[in-house]
Amino acid sequence: MDLSVEIGSLRLRNPLIAASGCFGYGVEYADMVDLATLGGIAVKGLFLAEREGHDPPRIVETPAGMLNAIGLQGIGVHRFVDEKLPELRARNATVIVNVCGSTIDEYVEVSRVLSDAEGVGAIELNISCPNIKAGGMTFGCSATGTRDVVQAVRRVTTLPLIPKLTPNVTDVAGIAVAAEEAGADAVSLVNTFLAMAIDVETRRPKLSNGVGGLSGPAIRPIAVRMVHECRQAVQIPIVGMGGIMTATDVLEFMIAGATAVQVGTANFIDPTIWPKLLASLEEYLGRHEVARVRDVIGTLELTEHKGWSNS
Amino acid sequence: MPVDLDARVVSNVRLSADYNVVHLEAPSLAADAEPGQFVMVKPTFGLRPLLRRPFSIFELLTDAGGTPTGFSLLNKRIGVGTELLYRVEIDQRIGCLGPLGAGFAAVDPPETAWMVAGGVGLAPFLTLASELKRRGTPARLFYGSRSAGDLFYLDAFTRLDVRLVLTTEDGSQGEAGLVTTPLARELERAEATRPTVYACGPTPMMRAVAALAATHDRPCQVSLEPVMGCGMGGCYSCVVPTRATPDAAVHLVRGCIDGPVFDAQRVVWDRLAPVA
Repeated sequence: MDLSVEIGSLRLRNPLIAASGCFGYGVEYADMVDLATLGGIAVKGLFLAEREGHDPPRIVETPAGMLNAIGLQGIGVHRFVDEKLPELRARNATVIVNVCGSTIDEYVEVSRVLSDAEGVGAIELNISCPNIKAGGMTFGCSATGTRDVVQAVRRVTTLPLIPKLTPNVTDVAGIAVAAEEAGADAVSLVNTFLAMAIDVETRRPKLSNGVGGLSGPAIRPIAVRMVHECRQAVQIPIVGMGGIMTATDVLEFMIAGATAVQVGTANFIDPTIWPKLLASLEEYLGRHEVARVRDVIGTLELTEHKGWSNS
Repeated sequence: MPVDLDARVVSNVRLSADYNVVHLEAPSLAADAEPGQFVMVKPTFGLRPLLRRPFSIFELLTDAGGTPTGFSLLNKRIGVGTELLYRVEIDQRIGCLGPLGAGFAAVDPPETAWMVAGGVGLAPFLTLASELKRRGTPARLFYGSRSAGDLFYLDAFTRLDVRLVLTTEDGSQGEAGLVTTPLARELERAEATRPTVYACGPTPMMRAVAALAATHDRPCQVSLEPVMGCGMGGCYSCVVPTRATPDAAVHLVRGCIDGPVFDAQRVVWDRLAPVA
């Protein structure tokens, strides 16, 4: 059974990627998970410099989901290359680095550093973080901002470039088109939904940042719809994510048009989820007599006479 | 190295209307555990609660030959997950990921160890008391709760040669008031014994204990309870504000990996999040 998929020039062993911000720098899990068995690891978002992030509390559980406002705490790209990348390389992990920036120049510089490093498989451009003031979602919320970042980074790297899109827009497919036109090799979606929870006793927000990003099963149907919309708008591969907990959820995204998927919140609950997802995925392929997982991608059946409508 | 398993409930002992102890069969987890470490617990395979919650390892269980068989959790029902844990039935399976985190550093004689527990903050001290007895370190437990009905496992500590100093807020057992009152008094007298202080309980209590220890120039280790997402260092949710010296810059470090036990003087208490 062939579980491999391709994102631009990057070949993944299977379609399962650990989502950025949900798997540290990968090395934290190396004792429990054989990192080489994952399709890829999207490591925690990196700026040029180290970054402290928001004060706690940073997360709060909500119905079938959670809010987070970590604020992209991180060690910076240079320390990542020196301290984490060698171990990831030694463990034969497929590394996708989530790149952040407060300015376009910073996205470019971080990407340039990573292009010169050994062992980076792809760059995921974080133009969708809802929890930072400068950069992040401010670029990803407009087609122009998306195009500007992607074009600028495209000039300095030949690594597969995967802008990560925010769902906090009215037309996510339009943003995906802008990314494709600017030279992206794929798009990943969705980042978290901007959200809020309030402690009624104190009448204060439950997160120190006030607002945060909603993830988990609660958002999955919206994420699937957005992947479906983007599939109809662009030719490049889509990496789908949003509340995946089971292989059925993986397949839902792939049938909607995702070439690969990312698993985030579920990893917090079950860090050994990966072999279970793979086994269930293989069981499905066997039962449906599909030899290659890539043959599932975008196989959604739309029966017009049943009244299905995109509007 | 942590293990992820669905541990079988061996027994559920109700201690009061709010507290219970759940005994779990988990030999591989128990074999590796050290005092002060924790387990990420998921009492349901459903979505409510969605995330695991951290629990101190209360007791390490062994068979007659001393081989590890499992561990127990001291639980107080305060929310959805703890309510489910209060009601678990024998043979039910509970998701357990552990042992995790950096625990207590036990001292050796001639030093002495003073444990300070508030309410469910008793949880990490039974394993520490066992370790102290193994080392022959003289130990005391300052243990405060709301009333006599909320003081548990006193005999277990006594059997480990721990000297008990009890307080209750309503005065129904031991000294009336907060546990920090006898602690302050004993620290005044403790010139000869020079204890190392270990604390776990409500954040205001731990902060007060840390201040008392600092006043008397005693080392103090606190077991904090930050809100955690994963327990593995993957999510950066449970950060604790710390600094190496009083003048150093504040760094937010992960409570699950660098803690849950911290040197009390490193903790920047003003910026510590209230427990949800």
